[in-house]
Amino acid sequence: MATEMEAEICDALYADVGKPETEAHVHEISLVKSSCLFALKNLKKWMKPKKVHARLMTFPSTARITKEPLGVVLVISAWNYPLLLSLDPVIGAIAAGNAVVLKPSEVAPATSSLLAELLPRYVDSTCIKVVEGGVSETTALLELKWDKIFYTGNSKVGRMVMASATKHLTPVVLELGGKCPVVVDSNINLHVTAKRIAAGKWGCNNGQACIAPDFIITTESFAPKLLEALKKVLEKFYGKDPLLSEDLSRVVTPNHFNRLLDLMDDEMVSDKIVFGGQRDEQKLKIAPTIFLDVPLDSAMMKEEIFGPLLPIITVEKIHESFGLINSMTKPLAAYLFTRDSKLQKQFESTISAGGMILNDTSVHLTNPHLPFGGVGESGTGSYHGRFTFDAFSHGKAVLHRGFGGEAKARYPPYSSAKLKILKGVLAGKLGAHIQAILGFPRGK
Amino acid sequence: MGSMPEKPRHGFGSLVTGLQEVCESGITKDLAWRRSQLKGIIRLLTEKEEEMFDVLRDDLGKHRAESYRDEIGALVKSVNHTLRNLERWAAPEKVQAPLVSFPATALVVPEPLGVVLVFSCWNLPLGLALEPLSGAIAAGNAVVVKPSEFAPATAAFLASNLPKYLDPRAVKVILGGPEVGEQLMEHRWDKVLFTGSARTGRIILTKAAKHLTPVALELGSKCPCIIDRLDSKRDTQIAVNRIFGGKWSLCAGQACLAIDYILVEEEFAPALIEVLKSTVKRFTTTPDCMARILNEKHFKRLSNYLKDRKVAASVVHGGSVNPKTLTIEPTILLNPPLDSDIMTEEIFGPILPIITVKKIEDSMKFVRSKPKPLAIYAFTRNEKLKSRIINETSSGSVTFNDAVVQYVVEGLPFGGVGQSGSGQYHGKYSFELFSNKKAVFKRSFLIEFMFRYPPWDNGKIGMLRHVFNTNYVLLLLGLIGLRR
Repeated sequence: MATEMEAEICDALYADVGKPETEAHVHEISLVKSSCLFALKNLKKWMKPKKVHARLMTFPSTARITKEPLGVVLVISAWNYPLLLSLDPVIGAIAAGNAVVLKPSEVAPATSSLLAELLPRYVDSTCIKVVEGGVSETTALLELKWDKIFYTGNSKVGRMVMASATKHLTPVVLELGGKCPVVVDSNINLHVTAKRIAAGKWGCNNGQACIAPDFIITTESFAPKLLEALKKVLEKFYGKDPLLSEDLSRVVTPNHFNRLLDLMDDEMVSDKIVFGGQRDEQKLKIAPTIFLDVPLDSAMMKEEIFGPLLPIITVEKIHESFGLINSMTKPLAAYLFTRDSKLQKQFESTISAGGMILNDTSVHLTNPHLPFGGVGESGTGSYHGRFTFDAFSHGKAVLHRGFGGEAKARYPPYSSAKLKILKGVLAGKLGAHIQAILGFPRGK
Repeated sequence: MGSMPEKPRHGFGSLVTGLQEVCESGITKDLAWRRSQLKGIIRLLTEKEEEMFDVLRDDLGKHRAESYRDEIGALVKSVNHTLRNLERWAAPEKVQAPLVSFPATALVVPEPLGVVLVFSCWNLPLGLALEPLSGAIAAGNAVVVKPSEFAPATAAFLASNLPKYLDPRAVKVILGGPEVGEQLMEHRWDKVLFTGSARTGRIILTKAAKHLTPVALELGSKCPCIIDRLDSKRDTQIAVNRIFGGKWSLCAGQACLAIDYILVEEEFAPALIEVLKSTVKRFTTTPDCMARILNEKHFKRLSNYLKDRKVAASVVHGGSVNPKTLTIEPTILLNPPLDSDIMTEEIFGPILPIITVKKIEDSMKFVRSKPKPLAIYAFTRNEKLKSRIINETSSGSVTFNDAVVQYVVEGLPFGGVGQSGSGQYHGKYSFELFSNKKAVFKRSFLIEFMFRYPPWDNGKIGMLRHVFNTNYVLLLLGLIGLRR
């Protein structure tokens, strides 16, 4: 489907979010294909029961963990990567042997109806269904009993999903957002850093991505250099008038457009613009816009931006950035640019996040060997590669015992002699085991 | 959608913020600290053994042998296992990085979640508090334990002793009833582990949803025991011994892992019942060999099962109850009505219904007709039947030819599925339950590919296709041609 219907998919993605063809290929179609291929390649391995060391205590016995499907699962997708965030979880759910209902986001209607139309043609529609709709349809779906619910979106709705899941005690995976910080040290390759930040921010659906860099923290002294580098890179990427560039996604809906305008034009920050600021209400486009030192209590620094606005916060010494990040809720991803290995180590051990990248942005999500998910406000549960398979499976513990090795000491009537043997067995003492198996204590 | 944490409210606000500060200071993350705490638990279990036997007897009438086997001894074993493996579990795990990102390192780094809350249950009041506590500490968290108010002697014991053996800055015990539990849940926790009933589990989950607090639920279920026709007398006796051990010897059947009911072929049932009766007689010669029923409420609940006329008519052994001592003798039923309360609710007591089927294979359909249980037990030598049970039923675990012992196999995860719960723990699974597995990807500035960046053109799309198809030959050729 991803191969044959490429053109249609690109069209739908363009219609929904104005996604440039390259992003559609790289971020959605190719990732869906590699996810499928990875699952196909590894399925047998993932499905194989894992033998577990059974130890002396239950001798003779063998122990295994067998993966089984959870049953019927619900995947609720998001609008910014409407193909990928629909199909990636579905691929894993199928790999794990479940029946799936997919509810694509209504905010990306072209992709939603494309999926509803195409999916039944390519997969078994008795087990894999697409249900389209908005708030009322989603609410109705959430009333039903599912064996797992997988939700990608914002934390407000995430809370509602979790609350609905309570009724049937349904376990959930929540892939939410957060403010992904980028700490930029001075000991870096400036040009490459600027490119990678720009690619992760404006090259990812024009900032409308859960792992897009949300804001930068750098030192007062380094900020001007970083800003110059970013400006240069942005001009190279998008030309002198970014609103005319075909390579920038538009803002998804008028609602979000107005939300971003409110953030930009907020009098607390409007005088802090140092680059960009252009907007086109007709086309729902906002140019890459950079701010310098907005107040930490401004709306822009309290909410997830999810758009092309990039505040740069300065600190005196780079280490101060850690305290700032830790004062906020745990993000989905945290980024650090530095060659200083000590700073890297500190970052790794001090900052808690779903994922972190050193000297790049966003790319960790393409590595199927790394779990992708949030922690705290940024979500619960993770997926990608084997982790998706595990998210939609139950690891059933299976213990095989024989009729040999019968230990009388286990059973009442209890006595201190029996207790002594039990203690020895639990402490792993071989002598006690032998006694137990031989039927000690004798007599009763 | 706020990114700044909410201000704490209600009575436990300062408790939670205090523990958060302790975590932020890095104390709980330090491996040496974690080891010292785990050793503290071992010392507690060794030095206070007699006192523990006393409180468990006070709360539940458990014999010391049962208390040791199911709680104290199991804990010692488990905590030692954790101590032996702590460094390994806490170490970052290197994973594959795609060639195109060379040079790069990809790691999965376990880190503490932060401040966690453990709700224990009354039937294994020590075990169900200390087992999760040890896992949470091993993973580097600060922990609040809320013991069940229905086992007050044990709760008081934990409240007065945990601060003596563990670091009171990071490990706290909060006593109280459901209101206290609800007040605690008004706050955000980095993880909650709840062991108990589905009804209370729902209340916990509802409150957790407000803060997106992740919750692991260890709930109850009707654990079936399928007994195949066993030809040898010895096998039958051993099976019955183990069934006894998995039912009456386990807090008088008041355990989530206890055998709830038996499924057996019609023809084999009489022989099984005979052996059950004689074994029960032999094993229960003294009254202290079986725990008592927790309290009057549960005693009434269990007695009421037997008051149902049709259920009473199905009693083939036992049935007598003593409200003064809160004891019910081991009771066996043969084919009580399937729609009676005793066959629709989790029994959690010393009454054992036997349901007969025509062929043993029919038992799987019966098991599937009920919510997924925490454990399925089956006594059989038939390998084909075993395979079918594993593949055609779903449960937290399956154990063949024994009962409950899977609890002490550290390599096996312990937890339910569906209505019996979500989330698994024990051993390494406890460590993982209370950890965040952080993905870390380290790149260098060395190699930079221009086709990553806009402005886009078909050439770049072509190169990207090669990357995603991991077609490194074409990629290389393209690079040589396109290098600027």
